[in-house]
Amino acid sequence: MIGLFRTPRPELRAIPGVTGPAQTDLPVLLPAAQLIGRKARQDRTNGFRLELKAWHGLFLFLLFLFFTGVAAAQVDNTLDKGVLATLWRWIPLIVGQGFVLNLIISFTAMALGTAAGVMLGLGQISLLPQVRGSSWFTTQLFRNSPWLVLLFCVMLLLPFEITIGDVIIRIPDWTKATIGFSLPIMANISELVRGAVQSIPSGQWEAAESLAFTRRQTLWQIILPQCVKRMIPPWMNWYAILTMATPICSIMGVQESVNLTQQALVSEDSRPELLAPFYLFLLVIFFCYCYPIARWTVSLERKFVVKL
Amino acid sequence: MTWTPDQPIVSIQNVRKSFGQLVVLHDVSLDVAKGEVICVIGPSGSGKSTLLRCINALIPIDQGSITVEGQEVHDPKLDKLELRKKVGMVFQQYNLFPHKTALQNVMMAPITVLKQDKAEVEQRAYQLLKKVRLEGKEPSYPGELSGGQQQRVAIARSLAMNPDIMLFDEVTAALDPETVKEVLVTIRELAEEGMTCMLVTHEMGFAREVADHIYFTDKGLIVEHGPPATFFNEAKDPRTKEFLSQIL
Repeated sequence: MIGLFRTPRPELRAIPGVTGPAQTDLPVLLPAAQLIGRKARQDRTNGFRLELKAWHGLFLFLLFLFFTGVAAAQVDNTLDKGVLATLWRWIPLIVGQGFVLNLIISFTAMALGTAAGVMLGLGQISLLPQVRGSSWFTTQLFRNSPWLVLLFCVMLLLPFEITIGDVIIRIPDWTKATIGFSLPIMANISELVRGAVQSIPSGQWEAAESLAFTRRQTLWQIILPQCVKRMIPPWMNWYAILTMATPICSIMGVQESVNLTQQALVSEDSRPELLAPFYLFLLVIFFCYCYPIARWTVSLERKFVVKL
Repeated sequence: MTWTPDQPIVSIQNVRKSFGQLVVLHDVSLDVAKGEVICVIGPSGSGKSTLLRCINALIPIDQGSITVEGQEVHDPKLDKLELRKKVGMVFQQYNLFPHKTALQNVMMAPITVLKQDKAEVEQRAYQLLKKVRLEGKEPSYPGELSGGQQQRVAIARSLAMNPDIMLFDEVTAALDPETVKEVLVTIRELAEEGMTCMLVTHEMGFAREVADHIYFTDKGLIVEHGPPATFFNEAKDPRTKEFLSQIL
């Protein structure tokens, strides 16, 4: 056995490209390697992917039932003191006002962030070094800051009202929170745009150039339309991440679902057995909203990858 | 200095080009007359594709001069877009726009760049696709076409700009042997119509058949050139002989 390892049979010794140097430099595997490399680059620029699975939801729901049962066993089950009955009383407030505000914040922040992010992303591929540099810096700054810190900054830096002449415009907290959330979204969308533009094969630029397209025409008519398709799945992924992050602003007193849940618990005399069912209920709601988005993202990704 | 058709349409004089340390073109000179078909052949990495890309200013040169219809290509004041309207180019990897149909691929440049009337362009695009034998493929997307069909769409796309010169950069290198023929037939027809063509190719048989003049490059130099009959039968330079013996 030992002898076999020390002196491998001659025919086993040399496998060009595996045991020894390749005997040919024919670019046989180049297209495949380029494809894999491009995918890896995309994954890096798109950040992490939300991996929601159906059993996560089922697990949450079972937990919710379990704790509701435990809580129900602990208290005297008169009708209006029951756990489910209590929860039922608060649902219109928590969902109808709170969760709806979460959604409004997520929509608005996503719209603002996308608009600003696309501009910033185009700035990152500008030919002017100043524009490119400052766009890159802005992107990195907001991409690598904790969301909570950004939120605090916006909350504290923006005034609570603006006076223009005689008109006083109040800026509600949730608006400030929306702006705060749109900043990291902007930075990540910017990175997404840059990555997508760079993932388009250089042959497309060359072909457009040789047909006398200007850079602007090339970008808007040839490059960006191809980018949109590639950007939709990661863009949806960022939306789901944003939605799940919106409860952070409850810390600033924005009356969204988590904040209202806390208030509801306080007005129910902070009964400890209500804690778990209420918060688990919130988790289930968020899951019900985000899970379809995550599934849709994955299926779109699969569909588009085939066409790459 | 106005250009007249009896002068070379493309004139390359002592061109030198390097990428960093790597010198790709040492000292290349050649002239192309109007209506002439020339083929540039040579081993990989001998600077053939770079030479073509210099002609329509996709790549700047370091030294020397290239004129197209009397216009210096590497004059910083030159309007590159005007030059590229005169010089069509077809690539090895087709580089069709995948989000547009075959017809739209052909129509895009005349509408966007030349600002021509859409209805007129559409009519011409149909004719051009018919000319490259792709009748009925107008609504297909590039992904639905074979390599040879895509390459012919690319040729039609270039022709839609009404260029005076066509550059072909190893247009059959990515095709399988059966589809090579349909692309070569299209190019030969173009040549017969009097289009000035510059081809970089590995198709020796084709070069012998259509070219008026053949240039052999090696390591950034034109080693030998001549009309096909002389070039293939009476090659003098040892490098040419070796290359031909490997290929033929």
